[in-house]
Amino acid sequence: MNGAQDLGGMMGFGPVVSEPDEPVFHAAWERRVFALAMAMGFTGAWSLDASRSARESLPPAEYLASSYYAIWFAALENQVRAHGLATPDEIVGGTSSTAPRALPRVLTAEAVAPRFRAGFPSDRAAPAPARFRLGEAVTARNEHPSGHTRLPRYVRGRQGLVERVHGAFVFPDTHAHGASENPQWLYTIGFDGTELWGGEAEAGQRVTVACFESYLQPAQGA
Amino acid sequence: MTHDHTDDHHDHGSALAPIEARVRALESILVEKGYVQPEALDALIELYETQVGPHNGARVVARAWTDAAYRARLLADATPAIEELGIGGRGGEHMVVVENTADTHNLVVCTLCSCYPWTVLGLPPVWYKSPPYRSRAVIDPRGVLADFGVTLPEATRITVWDSTAELRYMVLPMRPAGTEDLDEAALAALVTRDAMIGTGLARAPEPRP
Repeated sequence: MNGAQDLGGMMGFGPVVSEPDEPVFHAAWERRVFALAMAMGFTGAWSLDASRSARESLPPAEYLASSYYAIWFAALENQVRAHGLATPDEIVGGTSSTAPRALPRVLTAEAVAPRFRAGFPSDRAAPAPARFRLGEAVTARNEHPSGHTRLPRYVRGRQGLVERVHGAFVFPDTHAHGASENPQWLYTIGFDGTELWGGEAEAGQRVTVACFESYLQPAQGA
Repeated sequence: MTHDHTDDHHDHGSALAPIEARVRALESILVEKGYVQPEALDALIELYETQVGPHNGARVVARAWTDAAYRARLLADATPAIEELGIGGRGGEHMVVVENTADTHNLVVCTLCSCYPWTVLGLPPVWYKSPPYRSRAVIDPRGVLADFGVTLPEATRITVWDSTAELRYMVLPMRPAGTEDLDEAALAALVTRDAMIGTGLARAPEPRP
C-alpha cells in the first residue's frame, strides 16, 4: 500500500542524527515489545510479512509520529485483536475472560537460542524457470496495490538492469494476507540515479532494489 | 532480565494509558492465554542485548582482510562464508556482502521498514529505522554521509542497497592504511558498525610509539 512506510525519496525529515554509544533498547517496555513480537511471530499465528503489513497499515500521521517500537506495539495489539487471540477488553485489562485459541507453537526459553541460531530461511524451490536473464533490461511495473508490497514507489515505472538472480523466495505480497507462500524468483535490479531522480542525481549514483518477478516486465521498447 | 509485573497491581489501563502500562497489560494477557512464556521473552532480550552485535560482523571483515580466499568466498556467497565463523541465524539467512573500493562506495538502507543483518550487526540503531535516513539514503546518499562526517572523493561512485526482500546486506569496508602488521583481532577492533552499513569508514589504527 502507498503508506507512510514507503519513505524512499521523501524530503523534509531533517538530518540523520546518530546517538553515540546507543543502547540496544531505550526503555524497559521496548525490550518487552521486541520480545513479544518475536515470540508471537514464532507461534505461527501470522507471518513476518503479515507483521510488516500490520505496521505499515497504521494511519500515516500515526506512523510518522510514533517511535519504532511504538509502531511495533500498535501493530501487535491490532494483530492480537484481529486474529481473535484476545478481546479488546482483555488487551486493555491484562486479564483473561475468554478461552485461549490453539496456536501451532509456543516458544520456550530453551528453544530461543537454537531456533534463532538456525534462522527462518525464506528461499524455496523455484516453481518455474526464471523469466529474466542476468544483464537484461527490465521495467518495474507501475502498480499501486492496496495491500502489502515490497516494491517501493520510487522505482515503479523505472527501468533498470538485472544484476543478480537469487532463486525463488516466499512472495510477501500474498503471504502477508494469509495466502500460501507462492514463491517467486527474486532479482537484484540496478537503477541509475538519473533514471530515478532525473538531473538532480549525482553522476554514477546507483540504487539496487531486490524485486520479485511479478514486479517486473521486459523493458519498454526493449 | 527482570519481568516485574506482580499481580497485586493490575493495570486496568485504557487506550490513553502510558505505553508502559499498555505493554504490561498485553504481555499479561498473552502469558495468561499461554501464547508466550515470560522466560522465553527474557531469553530473547538477553540474546539480542548481549550476544548478537557488530562484534560478529567485525570478525567477518577482519578475516576477509587477511585471507584472500575467504574474501572471495564471502563476496561470492556470503551466508556459508559467514557461517564458517560460527555466525548465522535469524536476520542473516540470506546474506549479501558488498565490497567498498576506491571506485565504489556501498550504502545499505531499508526504505520500507528496518531490514538489517542481525546476525552480523545486531539490532539496528534508531537512526537506521527513522524517516530521515530511510527517506534520504536513496536520493541523497552523499548528503547522508555528510551527516556522519564522511566525505568521499568526488570520483567515488555510490551504490545504495535498498533491503526490500529477505536479502540482508553487509558492507566490506576498505582496509585502512598502516594496518599491515595487525592481526585479525586488532583489525576487528577497527571495524565499526557504521563502516559495515556504509555510513562510516573503518578506523585508522592508533599511531604506535
